[in-house]
Amino acid sequence: MNLAKKLLTILALLPALALAEEGFQLDHAPDRSNDTAALQHGAKLFVNYCLNCHAAASMRYNRLRDLGLSEDQIKANLLFTSDKVGGMMTVAMAPKDAKAWFGVVPPDLSVIVRAKSGEAGTGRDYLYTYLRSFYKDDTRPTGWNNMVLHNVAMPHVLWELQGIRTIRMADVKDEEGHVEKAFAGYDTVKPGTLTPLEYDNAIGDLVGYMEWMAEPAAATRKRLGVWVLLFLTGFALLAWRLNASFWKEVK
Amino acid sequence: MAFHETKFPADAPVAVKAVGWIDDRFPLSKLWNDQWGKYYAPKNFNFWYIFGSLAMLVLVLQIVTGIFLTMHYKPDATLAFGSVEYIMREVPWGWLVRYMHSTGASSFFIIVYLHMTRGLLYGSYRKPRELIWLFGFAIFLCLMAEAFFGYLLPWGQMSYWGAQVIVNLFGAIPFIGPDLSLWIRGDYVVSDATLNRFFAFHVIAIPLVLLGLVAAHLIALHEIGSSNPDGIEVKENLGPDGHPVDSIPSHPYYTVHDLFGVSVFLVLFSAVVFFAPEMGGYFLEYNNFLPGDSLKTPLHIAPTWYFTAFYSVLRATTADFMWVLMGAVAAYVAFLWIKARISTITKIAISVIALLAIIGMLPSVLDAKFWGVVLFGSSVVIIAFLPWLDHSKVKSIRYRPTWHKYLYILFGLAFVSLGYLGTLPPSAVRTMVSQICTLFYFGFFLLMPWWSAAGTFKTVPSRVVFHPH
Repeated sequence: MNLAKKLLTILALLPALALAEEGFQLDHAPDRSNDTAALQHGAKLFVNYCLNCHAAASMRYNRLRDLGLSEDQIKANLLFTSDKVGGMMTVAMAPKDAKAWFGVVPPDLSVIVRAKSGEAGTGRDYLYTYLRSFYKDDTRPTGWNNMVLHNVAMPHVLWELQGIRTIRMADVKDEEGHVEKAFAGYDTVKPGTLTPLEYDNAIGDLVGYMEWMAEPAAATRKRLGVWVLLFLTGFALLAWRLNASFWKEVK
Repeated sequence: MAFHETKFPADAPVAVKAVGWIDDRFPLSKLWNDQWGKYYAPKNFNFWYIFGSLAMLVLVLQIVTGIFLTMHYKPDATLAFGSVEYIMREVPWGWLVRYMHSTGASSFFIIVYLHMTRGLLYGSYRKPRELIWLFGFAIFLCLMAEAFFGYLLPWGQMSYWGAQVIVNLFGAIPFIGPDLSLWIRGDYVVSDATLNRFFAFHVIAIPLVLLGLVAAHLIALHEIGSSNPDGIEVKENLGPDGHPVDSIPSHPYYTVHDLFGVSVFLVLFSAVVFFAPEMGGYFLEYNNFLPGDSLKTPLHIAPTWYFTAFYSVLRATTADFMWVLMGAVAAYVAFLWIKARISTITKIAISVIALLAIIGMLPSVLDAKFWGVVLFGSSVVIIAFLPWLDHSKVKSIRYRPTWHKYLYILFGLAFVSLGYLGTLPPSAVRTMVSQICTLFYFGFFLLMPWWSAAGTFKTVPSRVVFHPH
């Protein structure tokens, strides 16, 4: 009994080893995976704002048909004049130029939502928070900085929609009584064309689209999965009874 | 011997005549009966005995899905990552094949670890089944190599840097290390050259070796006959028909039994494939969705979950830990002098080697990185020695002293803890716990000749414990 109690105590303490590291708190992104209109809106934002610098080279334009769009609609609204609807979402920016202008090549966004998942939240949460955490910082080459990814090379592409904000740092006492500066919120310097709620909603759509783009087969996978599991459960039940019927003979 | 054609009556079914024709020229029916149809196995197999069949199923699954993946995958450093996404998006059902392969890989290790646990619990490796265990150990080594080579192929960040770290470990070997690493990589860093050769190893070289070893594993098993949860040698008690009284033919009894086991596995497997293929980042690591970049080192490089236990042992071997190891080696040699029933010459030889090792562990001689690699390798290899370390009077845990069960539970906890800690970045507390678990892990094996024989054993029954269904 003593040993079992000791084992339980150690077992109870083991989760303490899993304490997560400190990082910027991520907001929870809304789930737009079942909202086709939202995903289409997200595709529009993506093509207009992201595809100038970032490529999504694994994403074929005509796959957008899965979002309920016709090829003509894609050609008319979501394609640059030089691209073909059967082509991939590539960009004209040469990596050499990108390195010179930004210091780094803007990463391909095809599967970025899957890459950014972690302990702090899903990849969707990460990007949702990231795109809403830009602030004005004159010490940076682009004039922008970001609370999620400090000293990011990316400018605030969506600044016209969100507006210009600065961060407010407040004095805060830590455990030892020293005074530190801690993040205490944003101050709007100049409002954008969207209200904060509208902007959050737009980013929700954009990130929802990016999540769809990272795995277009996801909806099919889950739909099929229900049938597969139903079938296999039935099969397992039959196999169980078949086994029982044979083993009755074994004395 | 002259050829003898089996004669069938004129009205015999075509199938019977066809099989008869083959049997005259190839031992088809004999093989079927010897290996499965009339292979008599103990009737008291429990849950733990499904994992051998499941391992074979997953091997076939990996080969079949692997073949289809190879049709579209491009083993080139600039094309590999994109080709995987091509499979996921453009190849019809490509996403399903990919997820089955990645889930299959992790499933293979879960199954193999549980299969090895069965061996530990029921003494399956005891005489005369040592060779089955050794073939199995070789399969385990090949499986780890196969997984390691396969993991580089998607060319993600974790693929690239995991390979970089592990191949660099070979550089820790004195004198030949750096040249050895260069030879393995085919380049000074992991590059396209490495990818191409790892592709060859993963797709054909190791699978061929694996198939050969699995055949040997099964042949060795069928030669002796299966053991059982009671550890009783069923062939010592034959019935009037010449078969063991406690055995049943595998067909149909274990055919339907395994069919049920396989169906349960497929339910769990499909649940993961269709609803959680990433499995929280353990089966498909998040960082691997970033293309491998030789200029961007990830903050936290860890191997896939199935290697993390042994990786923890490597990381636990810090410079400070070397002093503990020196003490442990000295204490073990002292213990051997007092307790081991071996000749004095052997004891002297062991002491000389131990002394050289202790000198080698001094900070100025061989650094902790080398000893980390030694312990890393040893933590895997020591498993192979189980048949000669286990001196228990009985095979099965059912008839061992009760306190042995607690030792096994602790061992399991130590192994799982090491595995879990290996997925996390190190910290002072975590390193300390890893070191304690490492000492317990090695102690479990190295002291087994003595503790496994100690205590009051229970009487092993003459007939297997079987409750009719």
